[in-house]
Amino acid sequence: MNYIPTREEIIADHDNVVYERTCLLTDNPLSYCPGCGHGTAHRLIMEVVEEMNLQADTIGVAPVGCSVLAYDFMNIDMQQAAHGRAPAVATGIKRLMPDKFVFTYQGDGDLAAIGTGETLHACNRGENITIFFVNNGIYGMTGGQMAPTTLPNMKTATSPYGRDVETMGYPLKITELIAMLPGTYFVSRQSVHTPANVRKAKKAIEKAIQYQKLNKGLCFVEIVSNCNSGWKMTPEQSNKWMEENMFPYYPLGDIKVPKEK
Amino acid sequence: MTEEIIIAGFGGQGVLSMGKILAYSGMMQNKEVSWFPSYGPEMRGGTANVTVIISDERISSPILNKFDTAIILNQQSMDKFEDSVKPGGVLIYDPNGIVRHPVRKDINVYTIDAADEAARLGLSKVFNMLVLGAFLKLKPLIEPEYMRKGLEKSLPMRHHNLIPENEKAIERGKQLVKLEHLMN
Amino acid sequence: MKDIRLMKGNEAIAEGVIRAGCDGYFGYPITPQSEVLEYLMATKTKERTGMITLQAESEIASIHMVYGGAACGKRVMTSSSSPGISLMQEGISFMAGTELPCLLLNVVRGGPGLGTIQPSQSDYFQAVKGGGHGDYKMIVLAPASVQEMYDFAKLGFELAFKHRIQVMVLSDGAIGQMMEKVELDEQIQRLTDAEIKQKYPWATTGKTPDRERNIITSLDLNPVKQEIININLQKKFKHIEQTEVRFERIMCDDAEYLFVAYGSSARICQKAVLLGRERGIKVGLLRPITLFPYPSKELAKLAKQVKGMLSVEMSAGQMVEDVRLSVNGAVPVEHYGRLGGIMPAPDEVLNVLENKFIRLSVNTPRLCLGIKKIL
Repeated sequence: MNYIPTREEIIADHDNVVYERTCLLTDNPLSYCPGCGHGTAHRLIMEVVEEMNLQADTIGVAPVGCSVLAYDFMNIDMQQAAHGRAPAVATGIKRLMPDKFVFTYQGDGDLAAIGTGETLHACNRGENITIFFVNNGIYGMTGGQMAPTTLPNMKTATSPYGRDVETMGYPLKITELIAMLPGTYFVSRQSVHTPANVRKAKKAIEKAIQYQKLNKGLCFVEIVSNCNSGWKMTPEQSNKWMEENMFPYYPLGDIKVPKEK
Repeated sequence: MTEEIIIAGFGGQGVLSMGKILAYSGMMQNKEVSWFPSYGPEMRGGTANVTVIISDERISSPILNKFDTAIILNQQSMDKFEDSVKPGGVLIYDPNGIVRHPVRKDINVYTIDAADEAARLGLSKVFNMLVLGAFLKLKPLIEPEYMRKGLEKSLPMRHHNLIPENEKAIERGKQLVKLEHLMN
Repeated sequence: MKDIRLMKGNEAIAEGVIRAGCDGYFGYPITPQSEVLEYLMATKTKERTGMITLQAESEIASIHMVYGGAACGKRVMTSSSSPGISLMQEGISFMAGTELPCLLLNVVRGGPGLGTIQPSQSDYFQAVKGGGHGDYKMIVLAPASVQEMYDFAKLGFELAFKHRIQVMVLSDGAIGQMMEKVELDEQIQRLTDAEIKQKYPWATTGKTPDRERNIITSLDLNPVKQEIININLQKKFKHIEQTEVRFERIMCDDAEYLFVAYGSSARICQKAVLLGRERGIKVGLLRPITLFPYPSKELAKLAKQVKGMLSVEMSAGQMVEDVRLSVNGAVPVEHYGRLGGIMPAPDEVLNVLENKFIRLSVNTPRLCLGIKKIL
C-alpha cells in the first residue's frame, strides 16, 4: 500500500515550497508591535539583498528609534548610528568601501527631525548609498510623541490636543524636498499594508539597490507605515486611517525616476 | 648662538613671509629655527607680527616677550615692541609713517628707508627684502647661498623668476641701513 | 637623504597622517586648524595614497563619518578646534561605547563659547576626563613641537588600533600655527581590504559564510550585560594606564622646584627653566606627553625630591588637579595660567615660581598670585 503523506508533510517537502522566509532574517523574534509595518519592510530589504546575492557585500546602518535593533533581525554586517546620523555614518562607510552596498534604515524622527542636516547633505552630495525611510508620523519607540511628519491636528503624547500647525509647524515632506536635489537619482514613496503594495514596494527597493551598484547617486525609498500602538488603534483601524489620512498628505508612487530608460 | 627676532608691521607688508624666508634660510644652513606668527583677523589688514628664532641649539620656547632684534614697520608695532628689545639688543625700523621714534638709550637703533626705496624702484613687493637686507647687514647669520636656498624653498615655483630681484633687494637693503644711535 | 621641511604644526600632522597610511579624513573648517583640511585637499591624497578627504557639512557629520569608516576597520580621523570638538562629543561617546579606533585632533582655542581664535589649553578636562556622556577615556597625546604634531599621527593610529580606542592629539593654536623643522619618514602603505578583514575580525566588512555577522553597537538594553561591557572598558583603561604613560623630564635630576606643563606651555617653561638656572634656581620641568594616561607615578617620585610644583597651563587650573592627585599632598602644588588666548612669557612663569615658592617663607599663606594678579 502506498504511503499517503499528510498535508503537513506535503507542505514540509522542500520541492513543494513556493515561498519561504529569507535566510537573511535571523531567528530572533521581532521586537515590533503586532501589526507594525517594520517587519515587512525588513523582510523585503533582506529578500532583495538575498536575491541579488549581496550578503557579503552589504553594510547596513541602523538608526535610533523603533528599528534601533534592526541588526538583531538582519543577518548582515551592521552598524548602529547615533540619532539622526545614519547618512553621515553611511557616507563614511561608502567613501572608504565604495564596492559595498551601503544602506540606512531610518524612521521619521531620525531622518526628518534630528538628522535633517545629515540627510539633506548626503542627498545633495549624491552619496552612492540607499536610504530606506519608514514614515509613520510619530515617535514610536519613546511612546508616541509628535514627529516632524505628524499630520495637522493629529493627537500625540506631546500634541495631546492635536498638532496645531500655527505653533508646532507643518508636517515635513522631506521626500519631496530631497527629490529636488541634483544628488538624488531615484526617489519613491511606497507602503507595505496590502499584498499589492508590498509587491510595488519590493520593486522600488530592487531599483534602489540596483542603481547603487551602478554608482548613480543617492536612492531613497520612503515607506509610509502605520503605528497602531502609537496611534492607539487596532492594526486594521490603523491601516484604514493611514489610507484615509496619511496617503492624501504623502501620496504613494515614484517621485523622481531616472530619465534614461 | 641664538638669535630671537620679532618682525612687526601691517598685514600686507610681507612681515610673515620675511620671517618665513629667514627661517627657511636658517634651516637650509642647518640651524634650528622656529616661526611663530600672530594669526587671525589681523592677517587681513591689521597688525601682523612673527617671532623668528635661529639657533645652534634646540629651541626652547618659540613664544617670547624679549628679543635680541626687533624689526618694526609701523607705529603700533613701535608702541608695542620697543620695550621688548633686550638691553643691548637691536631695533631696526623704517621711519616712514613713524611719528614717535624710539627713545630707549640702552639699545642700538638703526633705520632703513625701505618704503621710499621700494617706491623709487617701483617694486613695492621687494619692500620686505630691503628690510631683511638691513637685518642681515647687522646680523650676518645666514650665508648668501643659504638665503638663495631659503628663497627657493619658501617661494612657490611660479615666483622663482623673482628670486634675483629679491636677492638684489637684500643687497640694496644692506647698503641702505643707517645707524640712528648706539647704546650708551 | 633625510626629508626635512619647515612646516606649520597643522600641515605637519596632515602630512603625518598621509604617511601613516590613513584611509580617510572627514572634517569641517574652523580656525586655527583649517590648514589640515586645506593641506590634505591641496596635496591630492586620493592620487597620492588613495586616502579619501571629504569636507563634511558639520563637525557632527564629520565625527559620524569617522564612526562609519572606523567601524569598517579603516584608519580614519577628523580635526577641529574647541567649539567643533564640543559638537563632536556625541560621536566620540558612541565610538567609546563601540571601541572604535580613530585619531582626533583638537587645536585648542580660547573659550568658553566662541571665545577667541588664539591658543589656549582650556579643553583639558573635556579631553582627559571624558567630554561626552558615559564612563570612558581616550588616550590624549600632547605635542609640544611641530615634529611631535607629525610624529603623533603615526603613534596615534598605532595606539588607537592596539587598544581599539580613540586617540586625541590635544594641541593648541600656537603649535598648530607655528613653523619648525620636521623630519619626515617613509610612507606606510595603507592596508588592503583583505588585510583589514584578517587583522580586524570585528570590523563590518560584509558578512561572509566563514563568520557570524559583525555588529557595531553601543546599545545593550540589559543592564546586567551593559555593566559587564562597562567593567571591561574600565579594565582596558587601567591597562592603558599601566602601559602607555609617556613624559619628558627636562633638568629634573637635581631640581628643587618643578614646572609641570604640556604642549606650548611646556615650551615656555623649558625656556623658564634655562632662565631660572641662570638665576641660580634649581628648577626642572616635567612634561606629560600623554595626558591620559597621566604620568602620576613620575610626579609622585619627584614629589619626594622637590620643594614645590607649579602647574603652568593656559587655563584657569585644570591639569593642576591631576598634579595634586598625583602627589597627594606630599608637596605644595600651585597653578599659574593665562586665559582667553593669552600666552604667558618665560620670565613671567619663572617670576611666579619664585614668588610662590622661594620669596615667601614656608609658613606664609600662599596667595593665588597667578590669575588674581591679572584680574
